[in-house]
Amino acid sequence: MSYLAAIKPILRKSRDNKTIVACGSLLLLIAAVALIGPLISPHDYAGTDFENSFLSPFGGDWHPFGTDDLGRDLFVRTLLGVKVTLFVAIIASTVSLGIGVAYGAIAGYMGGKIDALMMRAVDALYALPFIFFVILLMVVFERNFLLIFVAIGAVNWLEMARIVRGQTLSLKRRQFVDAARLIGVSTPGIILRHITPNLFGVVVVYMTLTIPQAILVESFLSFLGLGVQAPQTSLGSLVNDGVVHMEGAPWLLLLPATALAVIMLCFNFLGDGLRDVVDPKKNA
Amino acid sequence: MSLLNVNDLSISYADVAKPVVNQLSFSVEAGQSMGIVGESGSGKTQTAMAVMGLLPANAIISGSIRFDDQEFLGATPDVMNQYRACRIAMVFQDPMTALNPYVRIGDQLRRILLEHRICKPAEARDRVLAMLQRVGLPDAERQYRVFPHQLSGGMRQRAMIGAALLGEPDLLVADEPTTALDVTVQAQILGLLRDLRSQSNTALLLITHDLGVVAGNCDHMLMMDDGRLLEEGPTRDIFAAPSNERTAKLISASPRINVPSKTTPLPGGVSPVLKIDTVSVSFKERSSSTKSRLHAVRPLSLEVLPGETVAIVGESGSGKTSLARAILGLIPAGSGTISYVGKRLPALVQSRSNEIRRQLQMVFQDPVTSLDPSMRVAEIVGEPIGIHEPKKKKAERERDINEMLQHVGLTSELRERFPHELSGGQAQRVAIARALIVNPSVLICDEAVAALDGTIQSDILHLLQAEQADSGLSLIFITHDLSVVRQISHRVLVLYMGRVCEIATNDELFERPQHPYTKAMLSSIPVPDPNVKQDEVPLMGEVSSILEPPTGCPFHPRCQHAIARCSEDIPELEATASGSVACFRAGELDLSY
Repeated sequence: MSYLAAIKPILRKSRDNKTIVACGSLLLLIAAVALIGPLISPHDYAGTDFENSFLSPFGGDWHPFGTDDLGRDLFVRTLLGVKVTLFVAIIASTVSLGIGVAYGAIAGYMGGKIDALMMRAVDALYALPFIFFVILLMVVFERNFLLIFVAIGAVNWLEMARIVRGQTLSLKRRQFVDAARLIGVSTPGIILRHITPNLFGVVVVYMTLTIPQAILVESFLSFLGLGVQAPQTSLGSLVNDGVVHMEGAPWLLLLPATALAVIMLCFNFLGDGLRDVVDPKKNA
Repeated sequence: MSLLNVNDLSISYADVAKPVVNQLSFSVEAGQSMGIVGESGSGKTQTAMAVMGLLPANAIISGSIRFDDQEFLGATPDVMNQYRACRIAMVFQDPMTALNPYVRIGDQLRRILLEHRICKPAEARDRVLAMLQRVGLPDAERQYRVFPHQLSGGMRQRAMIGAALLGEPDLLVADEPTTALDVTVQAQILGLLRDLRSQSNTALLLITHDLGVVAGNCDHMLMMDDGRLLEEGPTRDIFAAPSNERTAKLISASPRINVPSKTTPLPGGVSPVLKIDTVSVSFKERSSSTKSRLHAVRPLSLEVLPGETVAIVGESGSGKTSLARAILGLIPAGSGTISYVGKRLPALVQSRSNEIRRQLQMVFQDPVTSLDPSMRVAEIVGEPIGIHEPKKKKAERERDINEMLQHVGLTSELRERFPHELSGGQAQRVAIARALIVNPSVLICDEAVAALDGTIQSDILHLLQAEQADSGLSLIFITHDLSVVRQISHRVLVLYMGRVCEIATNDELFERPQHPYTKAMLSSIPVPDPNVKQDEVPLMGEVSSILEPPTGCPFHPRCQHAIARCSEDIPELEATASGSVACFRAGELDLSY
């Protein structure tokens, strides 16, 4: 299928790019540890142990990251945080990808009044203050894990739609689209078969850059206490908890914050690397 | 001693297997005009860039380039800058990208003078104005203050040449200086270069793919192919008796108009397959505050017979592509009707039935952008089958694809390739295969060979002619290149600013042109024969703005035969012996060869 065809050269070139290989492997490693780690560790994320609270790293019985104020193992909690954060980010980005690509490609290809109408709707949504929007959601519905996806996705797809529309505008002027019209391909056929596969490069790059954005938003919401609810946790919530004990037990802040920073940096570098690979001018 | 001595020059890149220039040696004497000729990929531009010291940092260069007494290879940028502009200067192919779009023309030229300390700052302005006048920019004071985009292509190239000549260099390197220009403007620019050289003792290194340009402008020439030198010597000798087989082939493949056409005669008494009746095309002018419309094509009628090739010829802005797109329904026609075998067609392709769509196909100018970059060759060629014969079995479909690839001269090994893995000629064959697989009865070729090298160009033209002989396909060939027209068309329609100047049969048009514009275009084509004198510039000026067309005949401001009436009334098309012509003086002028 043509989508695969569009990814293949990107994958091939990615293998020669040191940044992509390094960041990609590190992310896979982090994800693997986050999945396997909790199974190996003798502790679980919710188990409290008040006798062993505020243990420093490597103190006590198998607590490589120490324990928090309730004596919960920070290592397992950080891994859970990583898992939840990555999960939220990837799902939210995928949602925004789906809506954004479809919306942007249709608006861009149809053009004229349809395009104007669809993009003004995007502008209107953009004008909503995000935090106000989230708080509103939280008030109307209840606090809920799913709501975080909705909130993040609802913001991210707007930008994706704009980028995809811009790309589509330039693609639809290319002559292969005229050629497709002449041989009788229908409008949905052109969008599906000829426009979207050629958007792929840009979209992949953009997605790796929206993931850290989604992570940040999720952390921000959790930091404000609007995110994931205890005993579930995310990196943002862990950092939030850590701030309280910053003076007495700095590792409670530093360790999850480091994990968050490493993941963010990896995604950012990955996006930069992919952008180089996809940019045809860099390969000339 | 020679002015420029290139010795054993080799250029290669780490990521390219073969060297792009391989052990090239030549020299240019003071005041000499040397042409470097070759097809794309022959290494001619790389050589020019190496001479100017403009190769990218990752180029691996060996050999020697001596200019006067200075070795250029390995020279520091400071040393190079002492030579550039003052001793050696360059004119690039595309003046739009070679000029800084944000700086006024006069200031760009003045900076060259000041940067190289050619004259005192106080004199700079006057010297620039004098140069602008010298390169033929009318109203130099005004041109001094304009930005590059406000000039036409020909004017920009004049400014570029002026910039190169400011330091009165000993050697002018010109890399395809006229390739991006219309044929009548090309003749003007080449004439300008000849004039300027006759006034000073500047040597010229002219890089081009066009043997006609070299024949008329260079005493010496150098043929390159695949990075190697094929042959070098006086231009006359090489054209008269090429010693190299490949050179001989390139010379014989270069299209010329002084040969009779080789088209097959048409059967009489058949009804037209395509009928265009008073079709016009106009666009809304968005930038202007008045709601004026841009009239790309004025009402125009044309009938195309089965098996006929009709060429539509015109310079940029003549409306030839708009006409083609309107016929195909890619843009709506403003007025008039288009009928296929007597049936009137809906204006837009979306509202035409699949059966009708199948009958009218198109081959585009740029083979690379007309193929979907994410699809493989087999998918591209097979896509129309899926639409028009969705019930066809997979095996049958695959067989059809293979047969069609073979038919257009491609091996089935290319099936799994992507468009960017194909050469220009191969890609254009794929585009032709995609159009032919649905068995159309009319094929519109929009500059279908313009982007291809000479030898590949003639291969593609032969392929189309063979297809026509086989299946009785009608061709509408849109081009600016009259030598291509000469080779393949039965009838020719000459467009100027959206109006028909002349319609005539091929032989009639080339031997006895009726319209002064046709005649001017014919005389502007560089002839690949050094014995043909090309001193005169046949047509001055450039195409007027289509937004403010001149009153009367659109061609009259450039026409040397114009009379008072030409600027008042618009001439109607009137029948002649073999076609029709729109000129008040058609009967009285003798323009034949």
